[in-house]
Amino acid sequence: MKNDKDKIARFTPAERVNHWVLALTFILLALSGLVFFHPSFYFLNNLFGGGVWARILHPFIGIVMAISFAAMFFKFKGENVLTPGDREWLKHAREMFEGDDSHMPEAGKFNAGQKLLFWLLLLCMALLLLSGLIIWRRYFSNIFPVWMVRFASLLHAASGAGIIALIMGHIYLAIWTRESMGAMLYGYVRRAWARQHHPAWFRQVNGEEK
Amino acid sequence: MTNHWVDIKNADIVVIMGGNAAEAHPCGFKWVTEAKAHNNARLIVIDPRFTRSAAVADYYVPIRSGSDIAFLGGVINYLLSHGRIQHEYVKKFTDATFLVNDGFQFDNGLFSGYNKEKRSYDKTSWGYQKGVDGYALTDDTMQNPRCVLNMLKQHYSRYTPEMVSRITGTPKEQFIKVCEMLAETSASDKTATFLYALGWTQHTTGTQMIRTMAMIQLLLGNIGMAGGGVNALRGHSNIQGLTDLGLLSNMLPGYMTLPGDSEQDFRAFLEKRALKPLRPGQMSFWQNYPSFHVSLMKSWYGDSATRENNWCYDWLPKLDKVYDVLQVFDMMHQGKLNGYFAQGFNPLAAFPDKSKIGGALARLKYLVVIDPLATETSEFWKNFGEYNNVVPSKIQTEVFRLPSACFAEEDGSLVNSSRVLQWHYKGAEPPAEAKGDAEIIAGIFLKLREMYRKDGGAFPEPILNLTWPHQIPGKPSPEELAREFNGKALADVTDPKDKTKVLAKSGEQLGGFAQLRDDGSTACGCWIFSGAWPQAGNMMARRDNSDPSGLGNTLNWAFAWPANRRILYNRASSDPMGKPWDPKRKVISWDVKSGKWLGMDIPDMRPDAAPEENVGPFIMNPEGVARLFGTDKMAEGPFPEHYEPFETPIGTNPLHPDVISNPAARIFKGDIEALGTAKDFPYIGTTYRLTEHFHFWTKHAVLNAILQPEQFVEIDEELAASKGIKSGDRVKVSSRRGHIKAVAAVTKRLKVLDVDGKKVHTVGIPIHWGFKGVANNGYIANTLTPFVGDANTQTPEFKTFLVTIEKA
Amino acid sequence: MALQSLDIKRRSATTTPPPGVRKSPEVAKLIDISKCIGCKACQTACMEWNDLRDDIGKTTGIYDNPRDLDENNWTVMRFSEVELERGKLEWLIRKDGCMHCGDPGCLKACPAPGAVIQYSNGIVDFHEESCIGCGYCITGCPFDIPRISKKDAKAYKCTLCSDRVSAGVEPACVKTCPTGAITFGAKEEIIHHANGRIADLKGRGFANAGIYDPEGVGKTHVMYVLQHADKPGIYSNLPENPGISPMVSLWKGAAKPLASLALGAVAAGAFFHYVTKGANEVSEEIEKEFENEKR
Repeated sequence: MKNDKDKIARFTPAERVNHWVLALTFILLALSGLVFFHPSFYFLNNLFGGGVWARILHPFIGIVMAISFAAMFFKFKGENVLTPGDREWLKHAREMFEGDDSHMPEAGKFNAGQKLLFWLLLLCMALLLLSGLIIWRRYFSNIFPVWMVRFASLLHAASGAGIIALIMGHIYLAIWTRESMGAMLYGYVRRAWARQHHPAWFRQVNGEEK
Repeated sequence: MTNHWVDIKNADIVVIMGGNAAEAHPCGFKWVTEAKAHNNARLIVIDPRFTRSAAVADYYVPIRSGSDIAFLGGVINYLLSHGRIQHEYVKKFTDATFLVNDGFQFDNGLFSGYNKEKRSYDKTSWGYQKGVDGYALTDDTMQNPRCVLNMLKQHYSRYTPEMVSRITGTPKEQFIKVCEMLAETSASDKTATFLYALGWTQHTTGTQMIRTMAMIQLLLGNIGMAGGGVNALRGHSNIQGLTDLGLLSNMLPGYMTLPGDSEQDFRAFLEKRALKPLRPGQMSFWQNYPSFHVSLMKSWYGDSATRENNWCYDWLPKLDKVYDVLQVFDMMHQGKLNGYFAQGFNPLAAFPDKSKIGGALARLKYLVVIDPLATETSEFWKNFGEYNNVVPSKIQTEVFRLPSACFAEEDGSLVNSSRVLQWHYKGAEPPAEAKGDAEIIAGIFLKLREMYRKDGGAFPEPILNLTWPHQIPGKPSPEELAREFNGKALADVTDPKDKTKVLAKSGEQLGGFAQLRDDGSTACGCWIFSGAWPQAGNMMARRDNSDPSGLGNTLNWAFAWPANRRILYNRASSDPMGKPWDPKRKVISWDVKSGKWLGMDIPDMRPDAAPEENVGPFIMNPEGVARLFGTDKMAEGPFPEHYEPFETPIGTNPLHPDVISNPAARIFKGDIEALGTAKDFPYIGTTYRLTEHFHFWTKHAVLNAILQPEQFVEIDEELAASKGIKSGDRVKVSSRRGHIKAVAAVTKRLKVLDVDGKKVHTVGIPIHWGFKGVANNGYIANTLTPFVGDANTQTPEFKTFLVTIEKA
Repeated sequence: MALQSLDIKRRSATTTPPPGVRKSPEVAKLIDISKCIGCKACQTACMEWNDLRDDIGKTTGIYDNPRDLDENNWTVMRFSEVELERGKLEWLIRKDGCMHCGDPGCLKACPAPGAVIQYSNGIVDFHEESCIGCGYCITGCPFDIPRISKKDAKAYKCTLCSDRVSAGVEPACVKTCPTGAITFGAKEEIIHHANGRIADLKGRGFANAGIYDPEGVGKTHVMYVLQHADKPGIYSNLPENPGISPMVSLWKGAAKPLASLALGAVAAGAFFHYVTKGANEVSEEIEKEFENEKR
């Protein structure tokens, strides 16, 4: 595939591996987190070998996710700087969902939606990490005053719900936008795809090639 | 206790002084809370420390440790000078009207007859004026300046509120408030009870402190009344039984005494004790002494005790001096003892001046320790670092450790503070090789007897002829021993009024001490326990707590000595004409119809002695009344006088600077030199117990050790600040005799007191630690305490001594 | 303490009714601080009945030993020396332990179904075998009572001797209290008794004597008689107006079902978007453009 002239590289193997590590840890965290979130999700504890294991594993997986996300953050933060064009893009996002992308400004490697997700994920991740450490009873909770633990619990639940919603959107958009998944699975996208969804990036890549 | 635990609930005022009932007797303290809850009683706590008792008191008053007589003497002065006494009670039931010998004097701290060399008194002048008939003279008008009440007034007139405050450090208003509250109970329908314990006994003036309180109770008319009395809260389970059975070196069972070595004549010995009445018609119950004594000797020596050999009187030891623990350890320290048996006793931890005790034990050839626990005493020779820094190779004492059962591993009776003998059953078998104390002692006795029999030896008779009627000689059963102390008839015992009436057939258990005879026809191991196991069976095992009077006098619950009587001197609960002072708390009263004393208790009176006969309620006294004037009964004087502790923080006695400390208290030569002064040791040290622990036992028990794991000392905030000590710091407390190190507990519950113009601080030292057990090891608190005791009982002065403190 | 029971009023993390066919009368334990001598007999009885043995610790220069509640100490005495009026010292000794709230914060916070149980008699009990050790009960408790064991990571606290009470006997601490400072019985009777005690205290000069049975936690089944009911804080920080923290209420209240619904809505929205709008594919023009390029 690499030699396929029709394709262009979008993500390096390392980026892809990290993404999937992040994805996997996220799914585990979401599932185990939901165990404590509401009784209706408690049955999910069975996926982890019971409630106790869910409680034990969740924070450790969280640490892995935080590291993984940190790596992703430093890798992609430059490419996710919001530009004035992104504002315009967001303004027209609704039309795009309606099926009309004629007014969309040209997106770079990441469109404004992706960039927004990136920064919202950063926010959620940071809140989850901090609040998660505070409510980690085994090691840390006892050193914090109870009001802080209470606040952290609330924050953790809220940001957990937020990040799940964000990732659900992320996954849907990856499905909705045909062939996107290939970029993260194989690293390459078709030129046409790039031209369609990330024209600015496409031109940039083309320019380099020429 | 003259009264009993449950009776505390009947009090209107409960005074805890010289004790800390909530802390040391939490279960019995229940009755104080009952008094508050159901009798609207007020609780007064007077203590150098704000104790657990003070935490639930209505009124707490601080006092300098060791100054209680000044406080109580001040109360007497207040009551007399304000006329707040129960006048009729005082006049009829005490010796207030008696005339005191003209030779008797008190001058500048000393009573008449003092011998400075011997540190003791010639007490011949300490008595009443007597008529030609031998009876004491009285003045019912109480106008005679030599009558006891006037002498009393005069004696305590020096104890003004100002003087009290100056000596005790108690603020004057607080002292007066206590006086006022107590004075309320001079009304005939109000009573106060005093609860005390080692906080009084453990002073060189301890016995007199208690006496001063007893005098207050007499002035208030509170003795013999429900909710009144003089109530010693005993510390050990069955320590009451120990004294009852005479386990003191100068005592015989039932508070009879051993002869001194000048008392070689049996008849004189009895005559001195069988006191003749001092007033006409009085019972003077000790007149029965010969019956009690002879029955005891019959119990011990059976057929060997005959009228001809004076019931083996010659076999009784005759004392050249009192062999109390301090005396014995001083002799041991001088190398005058070869062996010592420490049975249920841990002297290294429990007696003063640990280094002297340890040094004394090291001079023994052998030491036998009979105890359920591995005590410090049994390992006094072992090095435990800073806690017991000795060189084992230099100690040649051979130690035998005989593991004994503990109380819960034996059947038997326990006598509690209420004088109630309660039978109990073992909860478990003793572990491993442990044996009951009776079995251990029996084993030693049988071996000794065999050796005497085989090898002879000096004076074998008392051993060879001792009765030993036990089914299993090596293991006397508790039931056998109980039946023995109750006593039995050796021949038919008949009614003295009607010789045809047999009270107890030969061989039967006796019904009570009234059946004891001085002709050898009865045997009784402890006359006051007689009636505990009559022919009808074991009265101590009774568990009927029905309380028809509602005053808590449960006559069918176990057995109280004497004669199942629950309130001593209960005749005094009724007025001279036999009507109750307070109908709500009728204990006994004269029933005209039946011509008998009737009520909720066993009358402490001849049951048919009509009020008109004027038989006084204090039947043990030859006077028939209670003594405000102590005659010759106390070592240091008929009226209690405040003397400073041997180690005094003020270095003087504001009442009489020439006589500072108890002039009649015995102190050994080396121990005088080991006393400190306020110059080097400015603070009062006082030792005490905590609820979480029991003496030196429970540091061996995990639960107790969890609750109070480590040694600490308590100091007030001002002292702490001046020494830069914070709670949790390690501190060193030193006396002239040694030092301990412990964790500091800085507390508001100790306060600096203003005594004789000086600021006096107290360092509180709980005793419970040592180097054996499961709690953290600690120093033995008695490293600090002085080797001097009360003038009458020789109980060491653990409660007041001098220390200094610094950060360790 | 696990206990087969048919009188369960509430069960943690459970959205359907618990077995509650049997009703038991509401009970209460009253701790009368004015009668407490701090002897720690209740602590000992608790350790004995529940077979708990802490390690032998150290002293820090105060009477409070063991220093705090933990898995082995379900009740502790807290001693405070207070001088409300100058020169008038009070040694206030409070037996601390679970208050058995009417509206228990621990139960509300607990995510493990059945780990926290409230019986209809009011006792709030932990069923440790269902406990997952998250410590949310600690977060939820307004009185700082539950503790997680360092050994087995389960939450422990006073059970009000639910095992004894179910057999018709009083809790061990009540049984052993020598001064009768701790009493137990039907809540109504206990309140009656408490009122008598308060009248007595008022007669002894404690004008503000009162009962501590806070409304904010739906009242409690362990109550105090306080000499100074107007100042609960002087009793080793007894909370003045305890209640489940609003943060806990929000966290464990409406927020979570709403958030769950919101997540469901996101999923449903995405699905219906796909169904109605179809996939976002590369447009045919571009496809053609690249087809041509290839040729």
